[in-house]
Amino acid sequence: MADRRSALHAFIVKEMRHILRDRQTLTILLLLPLAMVVLFGYALRNDITDVRLVVIDPTPDYATIALRNRFAGNPRFEIVATSQTPDLAEPLFRRGDADLALAFPPRFAESLSQGVPTRLLLVGDASDPNTGSTMAAYATAVITSYQTEIGATGQAVRIVPQLRMRFNPTLESVNLFVPGLIALVLTLITALMTSISLSREKERGTLEILLVSPLHPWQIILGKVMPYLLLALGNVATALLAAWAVFHVPFRGSLVLLLSASVLYSMVGLSLGVLIAALAPSQRAAMLAALAGTMLPNALLSGMIFPIASLPAWLRMVTYVVPARWFIVIARGIMLKGVGLTYLWKELAVLTVMLVVLLIAAVRSFKPRFA
Amino acid sequence: MTTAIDVRNLTRRFGSFTAVESISFDVRQGEVFGFLGANGAGKTTAIKMLIGLLAPSSGQASVAGFDVSTNPDDVRRHIGYMSQRFSLYEDLTVRENITLYGGIYGLTDSEIRDRGDALIGTLQLGRSSDERVESLPLGWKQKLAFSVAMLHEPAVVFLDEPTGGVDPITRRQFWEMIYTVAERGTTVFVTTHYLDEAEYCDRISIMVDGRIAAMGAPAEVKQRFGAATLDEVFLGLVRPAGVQTPQSA
Repeated sequence: MADRRSALHAFIVKEMRHILRDRQTLTILLLLPLAMVVLFGYALRNDITDVRLVVIDPTPDYATIALRNRFAGNPRFEIVATSQTPDLAEPLFRRGDADLALAFPPRFAESLSQGVPTRLLLVGDASDPNTGSTMAAYATAVITSYQTEIGATGQAVRIVPQLRMRFNPTLESVNLFVPGLIALVLTLITALMTSISLSREKERGTLEILLVSPLHPWQIILGKVMPYLLLALGNVATALLAAWAVFHVPFRGSLVLLLSASVLYSMVGLSLGVLIAALAPSQRAAMLAALAGTMLPNALLSGMIFPIASLPAWLRMVTYVVPARWFIVIARGIMLKGVGLTYLWKELAVLTVMLVVLLIAAVRSFKPRFA
Repeated sequence: MTTAIDVRNLTRRFGSFTAVESISFDVRQGEVFGFLGANGAGKTTAIKMLIGLLAPSSGQASVAGFDVSTNPDDVRRHIGYMSQRFSLYEDLTVRENITLYGGIYGLTDSEIRDRGDALIGTLQLGRSSDERVESLPLGWKQKLAFSVAMLHEPAVVFLDEPTGGVDPITRRQFWEMIYTVAERGTTVFVTTHYLDEAEYCDRISIMVDGRIAAMGAPAEVKQRFGAATLDEVFLGLVRPAGVQTPQSA
């Protein structure tokens, strides 16, 4: 019976039509990963460019000029003023026209050549503490590299900057955000869209018709989630392409493994969406529950923006039940470190357990109230 | 004549509340059976048990020859259902809705095409068949929903207040459609609040407080209660129980 349509097939076609027909939502869903990668990539990055630097150099000599030139030549820094006295720096800071001051001690070159520890003062505008310490770290890196270079001539040179932070000149925070963004987009498509679409059927009464039809609950659920799963995978591809094209985010591991993990993670989200729709009394309630219950933890408790290690202990416990937390570890591992199953099986296992539990709960919640 | 719906001592309790208390009746094949009762009398609960959305607490019911407790899947395949809420997808076209429900009920592509053409012809929807259902007037929507519920030619069709909110002309046309399918042998189980519509039924039952208080052909029921209209019968039965009066026409 080649021309007999299966009930599931008919149902999936209908779902696709709903999705394709709602042009506005579809456009948003398709452009979302692109927009998010670009916005987050530019706006939420931790690295800072255009640090406005004030140089205080009481006795200019060959060493101070050499170091000043390094700052001048570094694209991250812009020297906004140079002075022999410290008086100039203060008003610039106050007006917010300078971010960082570099103060040389008198007779810098002489002190260096004597081989005694030579102190340099770095003063940062720490009204935003994170930005302040990041800028100081950049400056320290410039100084350290200068020190290494002149040290190579054989002289014992010791410049002592206050900060000894390890600095990775290629560190790009966007690399860390992209895996988190993929998780966020997947959650949005799966949990949020599924719960909205399913609770809409519940609200309009069409679900009742479906439950009275020969369709099994699992067919209804499968038919609901399949199109969104496809959409979600498309979005992973878009996010990866955007990250690679705009920010040159590396991809070191296996694409197949990442896509498989994305499918697994999406299915967790889809089950969650079905469960929310089954429990929520209305479409609006389902949407709010999905936003509060999945999107917020995904953004805040997954390690995407705030490192999990920096959370208080009780909140860290909560993160264990946030699926995104595990997915982000997997995605970062694959994309940035290039690791495979050997390192990621634990996270994958956790997601699998979550999926099984949620799936059972979802199908049960959908039994046509046969109590 | 064979029995299409056979209900024996069907009961449904929710905790200590008994929504449906030991009702028994049978409906013959091809009969138009009106299932009446005030809001809260237990009609909806009874229907839900018959269409497999709710398990009975006790008693038996069989629909189209299948037991609702032990064979719910077979029951679902052989019944049609139209709820009081509009049950088609507004953002799909007339054709797409037909294809969807035909597919769900396992019709072949050619069956879906042929029956769809016939349906669209009967309803004179030819020009609108590729328009979204949301653009149709309410009366057409209801007639379309009924026709779609009949697409797989079910043995029994359940209509839950199908004419709520439609104009008198459409109601009339709707009942003509009901007669047509009944003549073809489909059993029609219909609930309504319009007692003039109840007169169109072959037989009716009136539920009060979870029990069937009256049953029979409309003329028989009126005669038994010595009433001129079904309205009188209904009010006489419902008022003593203190249940709210129906929005009768």
